[in-house]
Formats: sequence, C-alpha cells, structure tokens
Amino acid sequence: MPGYSGFRILTEGLRGNSGWKPAWRKAAPKPSYDVIVVGGGGHGLATAFYLASEHGITNVAVLERGLIGQGNTGRNTTIVRSNYMLPENNNFYEHSLKLWEGLEQSLNYNVMMSQRGVINLFHNEAQKNAALRRGNSMRLNGIDAEILDRDGVKAMCPIVDVDNGRYPVMGGLLQRRGGTARHDAVAWGFAHAADARGVDIVEHCEVTGMIIEGGAIQGVRTTRGEIRAPKVGLAVAGSTSTLTAMAGFDVPIETHLLQAFVSEGLKPLIDCVVTFGAGHFYVSQSDKGGLVFGGGLDGYPSYGQRGTLPTAEHVYSAGVSMIPALGRLRGLRSWAGVMDMTPDGSPYICKTPVQGLYMTAGWCYGGFKATPGSGWCHAWTIAKDAPHRLNAAHTLDRFREGRMLDERGNGPFFWAQ
Amino acid sequence: MSQRFRLPSGGHVDRSKRLSFTFDGRAYDGHHGDTLAAALLANGVRLVGRSFKYHRPRGIFSAGAEEPNALVELRDGARREPNTRATVAELFDGLAATSQNHRGSLAFDWMAVNGLLAPWLGAGFYYKTFMWPASFWERVYEPMIRKAAGLGRASGLPDPDHYEAAHAHCDVLVVGAGAAGLAAARAAGATGARVILAEQDFLLGGDLLNEPGLEVWRQESIAALEAMPEVTLLPRTTVFGFYDQGVLGAVERVADHLPQPPAHTARQRYWTIRAKEVVLATGAHERIIAFPGNDRPGVMLAGAARTYARRYGVRAGETAALFATQDAAYDAAFALAEAGTRIAAIIDPRGDSAAMQRAREAGFTVKPGCVVTGTVGGNALRGVEIGAVGSGGRGDAVPADVLMVSGGWNPAVHLASMSGSALSWDEALLAFVPGAASQHERSAGACRGVNGIGAAAADGAAAGQAAAVAAGFAAAPAITLPEAPAPDHRPYELWEVKGRGKAFVDIQDDVTANDIRLAHREGYSHIEHAKRYTTHAMGTDQGKVGGLVGAAVLAEAREEPVAKVGLPRFRPYTSPVAWGAIAGGEVGQHFQPVRRTALHGVHEALGAVWMDAGIWKRPAYYPKAGDADAWASVKREARAVRERVGVCDVSTLGKIVVEGPDAATFLDRVYANTFSTLQVGRARYGLMLREDGIVFDDGTTTRLGHDRFFVTTTTAQAGPVMQHLEFHLASAWPDLDVSLASVTDQWAAMSIAGPKAREVVAAVVTGLDVSNEAFPFMAVADCLATGVPARLFRISFSGELAYEIAMPAGYAAQVWRAVLAAGAPHGIEPYGVEALGLLRIEKGHVAGSELNGQTTAQDLGLGRMLKKKGDFIGRVLAQRPGMTDPSRPRLVGLRSVDPARQIRAGCHLIVDGRSQGWISSATQSVVDPGWIGLGLLRDGETHIGSVIVAANPLMGEEVPVKVVSPHGYDAENLRVRA
Ligand SMILES: Cc1cc2nc3c(=O)[nH]c(=O)nc-3n(C[C@H](O)[C@H](O)[C@H](O)COP(=O)(O)OP(=O)(O)OC[C@H]3O[C@@H](n4cnc5c(N)ncnc54)[C@H](O)[C@@H]3O)c2cc1C
Repeated sequence: MPGYSGFRILTEGLRGNSGWKPAWRKAAPKPSYDVIVVGGGGHGLATAFYLASEHGITNVAVLERGLIGQGNTGRNTTIVRSNYMLPENNNFYEHSLKLWEGLEQSLNYNVMMSQRGVINLFHNEAQKNAALRRGNSMRLNGIDAEILDRDGVKAMCPIVDVDNGRYPVMGGLLQRRGGTARHDAVAWGFAHAADARGVDIVEHCEVTGMIIEGGAIQGVRTTRGEIRAPKVGLAVAGSTSTLTAMAGFDVPIETHLLQAFVSEGLKPLIDCVVTFGAGHFYVSQSDKGGLVFGGGLDGYPSYGQRGTLPTAEHVYSAGVSMIPALGRLRGLRSWAGVMDMTPDGSPYICKTPVQGLYMTAGWCYGGFKATPGSGWCHAWTIAKDAPHRLNAAHTLDRFREGRMLDERGNGPFFWAQ
Repeated sequence: MSQRFRLPSGGHVDRSKRLSFTFDGRAYDGHHGDTLAAALLANGVRLVGRSFKYHRPRGIFSAGAEEPNALVELRDGARREPNTRATVAELFDGLAATSQNHRGSLAFDWMAVNGLLAPWLGAGFYYKTFMWPASFWERVYEPMIRKAAGLGRASGLPDPDHYEAAHAHCDVLVVGAGAAGLAAARAAGATGARVILAEQDFLLGGDLLNEPGLEVWRQESIAALEAMPEVTLLPRTTVFGFYDQGVLGAVERVADHLPQPPAHTARQRYWTIRAKEVVLATGAHERIIAFPGNDRPGVMLAGAARTYARRYGVRAGETAALFATQDAAYDAAFALAEAGTRIAAIIDPRGDSAAMQRAREAGFTVKPGCVVTGTVGGNALRGVEIGAVGSGGRGDAVPADVLMVSGGWNPAVHLASMSGSALSWDEALLAFVPGAASQHERSAGACRGVNGIGAAAADGAAAGQAAAVAAGFAAAPAITLPEAPAPDHRPYELWEVKGRGKAFVDIQDDVTANDIRLAHREGYSHIEHAKRYTTHAMGTDQGKVGGLVGAAVLAEAREEPVAKVGLPRFRPYTSPVAWGAIAGGEVGQHFQPVRRTALHGVHEALGAVWMDAGIWKRPAYYPKAGDADAWASVKREARAVRERVGVCDVSTLGKIVVEGPDAATFLDRVYANTFSTLQVGRARYGLMLREDGIVFDDGTTTRLGHDRFFVTTTTAQAGPVMQHLEFHLASAWPDLDVSLASVTDQWAAMSIAGPKAREVVAAVVTGLDVSNEAFPFMAVADCLATGVPARLFRISFSGELAYEIAMPAGYAAQVWRAVLAAGAPHGIEPYGVEALGLLRIEKGHVAGSELNGQTTAQDLGLGRMLKKKGDFIGRVLAQRPGMTDPSRPRLVGLRSVDPARQIRAGCHLIVDGRSQGWISSATQSVVDPGWIGLGLLRDGETHIGSVIVAANPLMGEEVPVKVVSPHGYDAENLRVRA
C-alpha cells in the first residue's frame, strides 16, 4: 500500500480523493500466529508494531473485541509527559517520550504530537519541595524540567489566576517537552503502520478463553474461533483482571471510573497543559479549539462508562478557581473511561505465571503517554521472553517483594493513585 | 426600515415593548418575547456567522436548541459568551452580539479561501500530511491550525456573575413542556405526586406556541399546573444529563434574559434532581437533507420558518420554497403564506399525498417527484435548483430567498439514551426511538415517535399518570386533552441529493457527505470511527440536525441499513452548559472552606503571617519591627524557645478519644507499639503503619483511664487516621467494644516550650504540682488553667522542656493571654509553624515530609518501636524483603559545609556521581548557625561524617553537605527531662 506523502495528498485531491485505500486491512483471523496481542487499544497496536519493526516478528494478530481505539485510548485527555520522580518510572516514560518525538516519521501517520509544555502548579512549601525533588530527579536522569516561580507561571500561562483567593500559586514544575497528541490518530497510526508490516488487525473478535497446556499458553478462544500461538500478550486495560481470570490467576488491579470533559470550540486561549495543585483539575486546548479537561477518579469500582455529578462539580470548581475566565464558557460533552488502577499507581509490563503469556496493564489514568514505550517494552519482553531494563521493575510480584513504585506515597489504595 | 419582516399581529411577542440591540455594532429593534435570532430575521439580517473550516457564510438555521450555525458572541467585556446560539438567546434591551470566526468582515472573510482548498482539506487530511519536514509540525503547521481553529473568543476575564446550586427530590420529573409534557405533568400532578416540570424554553408549550387554535388549552394547562401546590414549574431550565439511579442534572437560566443579574441574584442555578420516576417529553428535532449548497444563508429547517412566523410574527423571507419528504412539514408553507410570504414551489420526492393535494388546492406550485439539486446565491440565498428524483445534475432554478427543508423528524432520545435505554429503529419514521427503559423512566410524545399534538398530549397524560402510579400514587380522573388532527410524519427515505458542490451532513463542523464516504473508503467505516475521523456530529449541536443524515450516507457507502450503522453514543450534555453553573459557589476564595483554630483572632492581633496547612490557616511566624526578614522572625522565635520560653498554637493536631473495655487491645492492633501497658496518667509516642507496612502517622497517646485513651494525630492525617480507625473497627474487628469520637474542634491546645516553661505553666495552672518529680516527662493530668478545666501534658516536639496544655476551645484565648502574661517576665515569645519546624529539624524529629507515605519505620530510625510480640496493622507486609532491604535510604542529618550556603528540601544527595537520596526538610539552625536538614540517604549510617553533594540542578545549585546523625541537638534528651 502506498504511504502518505505530500505528493499523494496533492494528486488525490485533484482526482476527488477517490484513490485512498483503508488505513489498515480488515483482517480475518488465521488459525495460528507467532504472537497474539489481545486488545486493540494504543498499547496492543504499539506492541504489534514494535514486534514487527524492532524484532522482525510479523506473523502477529491484534485481537480487538470491538473497534480499535475505542477504549481508553479514544477517551483520554491525551497528555504526554515524562515528569516522574522515581527513576524506574521516569526512565521508562522518557524512553516513551523519545519515541513520541519521532512517531510521525516511524508510523507515516500524523499523530499530532504537540510539545506545548506541561506545568504542574504548586501552592505551598510542601508541594514545592515535592516538585523540586521530582524535577531534580528528572534532571539528574537527563530529562528536561524547569521550576517556575509565580511570575514564571504567569508569563507562561497568563490566564491562570496566580493570586486566586484561596490557594495562591507559588510556582510550577514545567516540562517543555511534554504536551498532547491526538488520541484517535495514535490508534489509527499504529494500526496503519503495523498493518503495513504484515500484522493482522482483527476487529470484532473478543477473546473468551485461554488455551493453556502444561502451564504454557497455546492460544486463545475467541468469538471468531480458536486461534493458536505460542506467545500471547495482553493489552486490555480495564479488562485485564477478566482476562487473567481466564488464564487462572489474579492481578492486583481494580477497575475505576475517570471522567473527562470538553468545552465548546474557542479561539486560542490556553497554550500549554496546566494542572492545578490545590484540587483535581487539568486542562489543555486541542487543535480544534476545545478545552479538554478532567480531574480525579469517581472513587468507586465500576465498569460504567459514565461518571457522577459530584466529581464533575469538583472539576468545574477547581477549573474556575484556577482560571476564573472559564466561568463564562461552556462544557460540551462529558464521558468516562474504565481505569485499570494498581495499588501503587505504576503499571505492569511483565511476564506472568503462565509461560508464554505477557501483559502490559495497570496504566491507571496515565497510560496514554506510555503508549509507544509500553508497546516497545512489551514487544521486547515477548520477543526475548525477558523484560528490558526499562521495565524490569514493573512486575506483578513487586508487591510480594515490597518494592512498590509509589510515586506520591498515596499507599495501597487503588482509588487514591 | 425597522423590522421590515415583522407581521403586524400574532404570535407570542409583545409589540408594545420595543427592545433595542446591536449586532456587529449596528443597531436594531426587536420585541419582548423575541429570541436574538427572531429579532435578526425581523430586521432582514440573514448572514450571521462563518463556518468552522471553510468559513462559508451561514445564516439562522433553526429556531431552537439544535442550532448549528447562528452562534454569536453575546454581550461584551467580561460577560462575553462565545458560541451562544442566537436561536435560544432571549432578547433584552441593550443586548450586544458579535459574529464569530472571520478574518476581515463577516461579509468578506479572507479565510473563505479555505473553501477553494477543499480538495486537500477533506476529512482527516491532517493525519496524512504536515509530516515533512519533521520539525515543521510544531513550528509551522500546528500554530497555523491552532490559530484558525475554534469559533468564538473567550473574554479571558474573570466571570463577574455568580451561580448557585440546588437539590430537588420529586416523585415525577417531567422533562419538556410541550403538549406531551404539559399533559404528563397535569396527569401526574392530579394524583398529588410531587412533580417538577422542566422546560429549556422561556415559554411553556413547545410546538403549542405555533398553534393559535390550541392557545386556550396551553393557558389552561399552565394555570392548572400553577394551581397545584406540589407542582414546580422550571422554565428556562435545560436538563443536561441523565445519570445513574434517577439523578438528573439541570441548569436554570435565572438571569440570562436580563442585561445583567440583579444584585444578589445568581446568573444560573444548577439543579441536581433526584426523581423516583421520570417522564421524558423532549420532542423531536427536524433533520436536514444533504444537497449541494444546503448551508447557504436562507436555507433553514421548515419547522423553524413556521415558528418564526407563528410564534414570533416574523417572515423568514419574501419568497420561500419548501423541500419536504413528509406531510408534517407542509404546515410551514401554509404558515408562511398566511404571513404574506410568496410560496415559490413545494419540492417533494413523493408522488402524491394528502398535504400535497391541500397545497395544490391552496394554489401553491407543487413539484412531486422532485428534489432540490442545488442553491443559488452568495452570502444569501437567491434561488433553488429543482430536478427530478435521481436525475442527477443540476435542475432549473426558481427564485427564492428562503428554502425550508425537512428531511423528517428525529425523536430527541438523548436523555433516554443516557439513562441506559438502548435505541431501536422505527422503520416508518426512519429514525431511532427509545427502547426498553433501564431506569425508572418513560418517554412520551414526539420523543418516542408519537407525533401530532393531540396524540402526543394523550401519550403524555398516560405516561404522567403511569409515572405517578409507579411512584405510589393512586390514579386521578383524566384531564381534558386538546383536539388536533395529526399530520403524517412518515417520510420518504431521502437523505442526500447527490450532485456537484458541498452537501453538508454536519453544518457546523463543515462535514460533507463526501467526507463520510472518504472516511469509509479509508477504512473508518464504523460510525464511531467515521465520527472521529470526520468530526461529524462533534460540534456544539452534537449532530442534532444532521447526525442521522451522516449515518445514512455512511450506511449507503457500506451498503447496509441505517439501523445497522446506528448513531454514536449520546453523552451529557444535551446542550452545552455554563462552566460557572456546575462550578457553583465553590470557586476562588470559596474553593474550599477555611478552618481556623480557636486562637485565630489572637494570632491575627499579633500580626501573624498565615500559611495554609491543608484547609487550616496557621501562623507561619509573627513578624516584629526590627526583624530584617522572615528568617529573622523565625530564628528569633526559635531562639526564644531554646533560651527562654515560647508558646505555640497546636490546636490543629487531630484528637480522638478511644473508649471502651477493648480500647487498649484496639490501640495495640492499630499502633506498631504497645499501649496496653501504658499507665493511667501517662502519654506515649506512637507509630501507626499502613496495611502495607509503610509509616502512616505518629503522635502521642495518653491513657486517661483504664478504658479511655486520648489519641493525637498529625494535622494532615487527622481525617485519614479517623477513617482508618473507624474502618477497622467496623470491618475487621466488629467484636471489639470500642467507641471513637473526634474531638479536634472541641479542644484547643498550646505548647509551652523552653527552659522557663515550668515557671510559666506553674503560674497558669492550679490544682497540680508541676515539679519534675511530681510531673515528669510524659506525665498527663487534669488541672485548672485560669480557673477553667484543662489538661496538661508533659510532652515535647522541640527538644526542650515543654508542656502542652489543652482546654475547651472556648477558653483558649483567655488561657493564651494568661500564658503570655505569666511568660512576660521570662521573655516569652509566641512562635509559629516555621519555628516549630526549625526546632524539630534541629532536634531530629520526623514530620510530614519524612512520613511521606514512602518510608518505613526502619528508614526513619524508628525500627525499634515495632513490637516483637503480638500482631498489628502493617506487621506482616513490613517484613517483605524490599521493605527491610538494608540499602534503603535511611534518615540522616545534614549540615551545609559552608554555613552561608542554603540547602533546600527537594535537593538530591549525590554520592559518587549518583543520586542516593534526597533532602526532606531544611532550615537554619539557631544552636549552631548555618543551614541544616534531614534527608534520606542510601547506606545513611556509613556516610556519617563524610561530605557529599546536595544537588539542585533545577536551580543550578550544588552544595557540599556533611552527613551527620539526625539526633543533633541534645542527643541524650536531658533537656526534655529537666
Ligand atoms: C478520562 C481519561 C483521561 C485520561 N487521561 C490521560 C492523559 O492525559 N495522559 C495519559 O497518559 N493517559 C491518560 N489516560 C489513560 C490512558 O487513556 C490509558 O492508560 C491508555 O490509553 C490505555 O491504553 P490501552 O491500549 O492499554 O487500553 P485501551 O485503549 O482501553 O485498549 C484496551 C482494548 O482491549 C480491548 N479488549 C478488552 N477485553 C478484550 C477481550 N476479551 N478480547 C479482545 N479485546 C479486548 C478493549 O476493547 C480495548 O479496545 C486517561 C484515561 C481516561 C479514561
């Protein structure tokens, strides 16, 4: 299939755009593959892409129960950053951010990665100290970070009310290389590029069971029949515990709700991503003009993809507190995603108790930015049957070992991460 | 001429009330009862905005909430509201509106060149381009796109208005006050049920407002409802979402119809409504047909033209054509003809129908078997091209300045869908209707496909009664219903007229039928993918007029029925909601409540500088004349404690009374150390772990009696500790006979610390011997302070001889004053949280920054506190290898080698070029001047005595620090025991 190029855009435009072909084939499943990836979200598709592009493993199927990219990949607030404190995390996310930086070219698809800067505001000394510790950790690991004082915040994002009556802004931790990307394009771009390398993307194919013999995976049962493979990788986000139950083991994951919101389209108003430090609120403006914003979890386990009003009220209140000019604008749409929350807020990219079964999961509400990195590390782990150094700490048994990766010290509470 | 298109009579406008307004700076007149759109049309204003992508000229398209085109910036200054639908904005005197999204003037928009580039700007073009050269996306292309994107401009200024929130409970909530909704509310109200009737419009009646013949019934219904004490009418109230368990959200526009809210009146009110039963009577939205040029100003929904004529007394134009696929739309032609508009042609793809015959009888030119193939004109419609169904190509043009379009009616199923009801396809109406209810909800009237006023009212009455009965009320006698024949709403299946030129399915976002086909060609064939790829139905109208048309175009491309293609999921909000309304009053200064201690006024009088500690306000320090800076004040206060005596308000610490025969057993389980062995009248420092073995909190606990303990927590964890205790009592050990009471607010407390503390305490307290022998370190006793009951604790956080005195909060100020008076001869100083921090860092006591949720007892040098015998929360998991790993960072003391060089919390500790830990707290010492701190450092003990680097690359600092024991000051604890 010819790729996308300036020349093709031009010639297609001249002939009524009639020559475009599907961005990925609607593949039917074959009876067997070298690797099956379950879940057609960003992480599953990226896993398949990197299996093909980095490890030469192209006899791969991505099995998706519905449409690709309609899970959390298609409902998140698209913030991309690597401003983590623990080295195990910031090294991983930085690797992911570097992959983002070249993604358009690797995929031949514009995922609209936009490095417009991410600022985390702080409002008191304790928060400032935590920001310093985190930012210094980034800097010592070669990641860009800057500390802004109150005036620096004002200069970078003038619409923020740094003097808000309750919790004045003291400053912010800025990562200029952070930003946003277009979520749908990430799924479509990885699908497009994986497909171009021979990967079968099989939509409307739900995995309903695992075929395990002698403690090793042999394939999966699906709504479209049995499909065999010696290696299976799970990338099913909120459905992880359902699938591992099929494989006979339990994972430390609880499924929770997170809401997101978008405003009506506006002329440019907010140029970077800003998070409030005194409440749960963050916002960025999309290339279409809508303010994309969200807050914290609804706080109870659920699979319902909508939220409750009290959480929305907090988000809107915190929004106006941080940016009083928002009061006059309007919310257009709200929705919720089901989050695969872990007890320490960090993910799993690892082998499992079943030989040949791997997983990338537990992404909580921060997995969008991890998409390329998660796919890359998951593919490595599958191809080599061993983790890469970047994901060596992201195991399931870190809780048994007492080596939690708890960035903020919130404790073993899924809803508190 | 002013209001050239206004009829001399008729409708629901008050011609005696003239209102003036401006649009793009020009002055016009309208009347009370107008919307901005009606008033603009009355003045012959056709062009009101520019489209999103191609900047095409756009006019008023609808007469309601579904408006995709006529979006304006309403009001100016800080009250400017972008993207306001002119079709629902009530006119008021002095209203100022501005058109949006053009460069140059509205009539000559330079950005309209985008239209010429359309072949390269089709659906999703940006995904396939802007990638070369790689660096250009962020620097060139994206800024260009961002600048062009968006519609209206935000004011950028704080919203001057305020909002309020209200909660309501009812037996039956009726949404929509058309014929069905009015009847439903009356029927439900007649049973005695508590009914709320919410209507987004400022007048109740819905389509009844277009039926002069039924005005009597409308008025009578409103009067009947107003007379029912249990019925609440909420006009101007949009129900925006249907949530779980019968919760609906709504916004009432209290003052949007006024130039600005009157004093002390909210602009809008946000309602959370909890309803036992819900009747949805939200009506239907007329839909467009996709044909080339279907967006030109002058093209509008047939029902809208009818509404402008009947309700507002405004002719939408001089010469009109009607393009309809069913009989129900024909009344628009009659309404306009009555209003004096010439009907140029009625274009209908069908062969014949009852309405067509009536139209012919009325003398209209009817073109059966025909469709509109295109429109003629520039910024305003001049003519309509008509061709035979399926003929292709362009037909003959008929002059017209209004084209009324009706492709059929889509039941407004948004709320039903949000409630969880699956939609089902109605083959006769060619539309989706609600399926089986999944909550206590039912739809009535046009929103479930029951059309015609008489039929809808009857359906509503039945639904209202059924809802009331379901809510437990006995059925009441039937209400009178309006009599009206129902026109046939079943359309001929026509979604698109193919031809050259842009045929829009989403008028606001400039999505054409070709875009949908392109999406399909590129594999984005599912409705959800096609929607996201093309942005179809994602504008402010959320696809109300064209959503289904796009789905039908997709269905044709997929060669599948529309029913199979379906619609994208409906989500809140049914109409956009003001951000401020949901935010309510909890904004800015009122974002969170302020918690003040009983001594707040006292601190204020002393000129305290405040700091936030969670929601508490605490004195950071008390500046005095002569202090060079904040540090000078802090050090002065700390020195007073070290050398003489100081007093500090510690009322914010959490205080919990734990009482009952099993209280000691309970505390032994929740604390890592033992409390059952504590003597009555003694306090002990306690350490609490989380379940996962990480330190949770610390504080002193006192045994007040055999079965009665007084627990203190840190300020930050007061709430979480209380929850933790309650949770474990309720879930893990319901067998324990213990009760808990939080008494943080009941008791105020102050710490009196320093070598002279005993003298001060002795002067304030009576009924107690406070000598070291009688009242040693960790003693606790009741006493009188200034004659009021108080409790004295001999505990110390500062490392000095110290007492904490607690008293009922109401007496705090008098005790504080007595303490200051008694301390005056000794040079007492009040000290704030900063000095408190300084003193505890000097002493090596851990606090919140060390108990940060990541540290173990061993990490903090408190490992010996964990009891060897007996179980406690966190014991097992604290023994995991990663938790006991000797290489974990351990608490150390730090001292800047150069006393003048500052170290900060958040610095990393670098050993051999690598980060091996961090500084958790830092301050300046008063005992041994210079910067000191506490930190956590890998192999901490082995580094004691060596010099390492405190690195702060964020601020470009690298400071050599000496690692020392954390227990720097009075390591033998002689002073606290003195
Ligand atoms: C509201 C919200 C805001 C967020 N904001 C951000 C943010 O700003 N930045 C950030 O980095 N992250 C954010 N996230 C998190 C991020 O969206 C996710 O972590 C990430 O997208 C997960 O990708 P995924 O591919 O693992 O999961 P998904 O995209 O959910 O994909 C999982 C796929 O598995 C499929 N599947 C499940 N079960 C089966 C089965 N049995 N058989 C076959 N297929 C199956 C599902 O259908 C789904 O398509 C947010 C999430 C939400 C909900």
